[in-house]
Amino acid sequence: MQLLSVDGDFSVPKEHAGYAEFVRDLREADFLKFYRDMARIRRFDNEATALQRQGQMGLWVPAIGQEAAQIGSGYGVGPNDHIFPSYREHGVAITHGVDLMSIVKMFRGVNHGGWNPNETRFHLYAIVLGTQALHATGYAMGLNFEGRVGTGIPENDLAVITYFGDGATAEGDISEAFLFAATHKTPQVFFCQNNQWAISSPVGTQTTVPLFKRGEGFGVPGVRVDGNDVLACYAVTKKHMDDARAGLGPTLVEALTYRIGAHTTSDDPSKYRDADEVAHWQAKDPISRFEKFLRKQGVGQDFFDEVEQAGNDLAAELREATFALKEPALEDMFDHVYSEPHPLIEEQRAWLLGYEESLGGHNPNNDGDNSLGYGGTA
Amino acid sequence: MSNSVELAIAKAINAGMRKSMQEDEKVLVFGEDVAQLGGVFRVTEGLLDEFGDKRIFNSPIAESGIVGTAIGLAMRGFRPVAEIQFDGFIYPAFNQIVSQLAKLTNRSEGSFQMPVVIRVPYGGGIGAVEHHSESPEAYFAHTAGLRVVSPSNANDAYWMIQQAIQSKDPVMFFEPKRRYWQKGMVNLDQAPQPLHSAATLRQGKDVTIATYGPMVVTALQAAELAASEGINIEVIDMRSMSPIDFGHIVESVKRTGRLIVTHEAGTFVSISSEVAAKIAELCFYHLEAPVIRVGGFDVPYPAAKLEELYLPDADRLMEAVDRVLAY
Repeated sequence: MQLLSVDGDFSVPKEHAGYAEFVRDLREADFLKFYRDMARIRRFDNEATALQRQGQMGLWVPAIGQEAAQIGSGYGVGPNDHIFPSYREHGVAITHGVDLMSIVKMFRGVNHGGWNPNETRFHLYAIVLGTQALHATGYAMGLNFEGRVGTGIPENDLAVITYFGDGATAEGDISEAFLFAATHKTPQVFFCQNNQWAISSPVGTQTTVPLFKRGEGFGVPGVRVDGNDVLACYAVTKKHMDDARAGLGPTLVEALTYRIGAHTTSDDPSKYRDADEVAHWQAKDPISRFEKFLRKQGVGQDFFDEVEQAGNDLAAELREATFALKEPALEDMFDHVYSEPHPLIEEQRAWLLGYEESLGGHNPNNDGDNSLGYGGTA
Repeated sequence: MSNSVELAIAKAINAGMRKSMQEDEKVLVFGEDVAQLGGVFRVTEGLLDEFGDKRIFNSPIAESGIVGTAIGLAMRGFRPVAEIQFDGFIYPAFNQIVSQLAKLTNRSEGSFQMPVVIRVPYGGGIGAVEHHSESPEAYFAHTAGLRVVSPSNANDAYWMIQQAIQSKDPVMFFEPKRRYWQKGMVNLDQAPQPLHSAATLRQGKDVTIATYGPMVVTALQAAELAASEGINIEVIDMRSMSPIDFGHIVESVKRTGRLIVTHEAGTFVSISSEVAAKIAELCFYHLEAPVIRVGGFDVPYPAAKLEELYLPDADRLMEAVDRVLAY
């Protein structure tokens, strides 16, 4: 499903007219928001990569090339719906108000997550592939049990979306999630960003059939969308989230896109893929494609200058905020291991505090050195 | 006057779950064959009729999915009670239990509590085929974020399942399957004690035997045998394997000076290893003999015709009693 050509021309294939109506509801302000956020997240990605290279973060996971899939789908999710991401969904995060610094904190090694999913409805990153799809499905089963689906009352009905990549489709948890979702007819979208590469393994290692068909045998119908077309990603997600909320059951969306960057800052993609292939996909870049569309709609240079300036400001703020991040307190390690008191944890916390005290006390923030002192090895 | 009734352990767990489901509509029960059939051991029998298929339902035969969806339901505010049909079937869910369920409260800095109970019929002694007789409790006790308990009698079964369901943390609830039909009086009015505390079931001055779950009955049999030889054995039902109520064991060992720890699991890197190490630290000047561990062997659980040789019995415990008294 594609609505925007690589040259930024909008057209609606007859068989996809049902999707296009969702784009007709959009106003110019929405288009500008899509562009602003795609540009913002790319700038953020580049700056975060630079910070990792300077030793300020243990690891960075860039999403460059996947901005349309993430921003488009993120805005297709309703404001009260719940999102269960994998670990590369920085773009989806900003569509739901997650503070980018909380993502930086995680990759800097200050904590393991740090945003409150009950407030953002954007759940914590899931690093063990596919696990989050089952959590999303359980959550969606709960919505069914509570009668929060298919009533037609907008403020009552909710749905869930879960993100994962082509690599994760090989995990048993994804298949089990399809099955539980189908048998419980959950209000749910499975959003697979097929970025063609799972670290060094091409998608053919994970599947011999198109991934959007992977759910069919379980009873989850699928659709493939151009993942570099922000309007198509928005429309497809919006339609199937609306359908899910209305009680029509789960859908699998495969967004065909490309991981322009490395898997992580520890990866070297030049070892396993051709520069030609990367260049081929760079020509389909989601941001420049949407820029062409906007210019054809009459959006002037002032807007693009403003976005450029906002990116520079963001980069400066990000650097400053990263340098200002406090190291975690010793006690953080022992907090929230359990919700109720646990004697072993209390004993070990007391021991370490006493031990550090005997050495003059633990103060991680007084040496003025923000470097973690290790390179990314993950 | 207390309101008491005689129940088998399986029926006591059933009654406890029923009470929890009556008191809190957020309690859900699911797993393989738990609904119409009432579970392969009938522990959930009758719950479908009383609560309907939105509160108790069959899951697909997918253990990772059972635990993974339990986590999602807990995030939504439910209190899932998930059954894993047999001990040996839990491993497909291992990742969801140890990497997800156990860590989500910590990872989310307390945004999520994980009030999930995973019920596992465990242990041998029923002549079952492979993968139906295992004792995997040490794997889970080793994992930060989980609580691990096992009742040994009907009264504890009735109350501990309710306490586990009320816990804000995930609880691995190991049910001694060869004792499911063992009857006992259940006091329906009052819980005997907190979930993670040990209980002294028989007092003695010569040797302490600490154990849990299916081996408690065996330890009491050994104590009876020993008494006929003039040896007074104290029997402690640990009840909880994470956390362990060390204070209770220490108090006993300081009096008896001798400790045997026993369970069905092999002893290498086991619950008894932990107890032996900790008691050596805490009771060094009170011990008259090394702590002796008595367990199954560190082999794959044997074929049914050999399990009597594998499982520790009262005679093997008596052999250990003789050894600790020889010091």
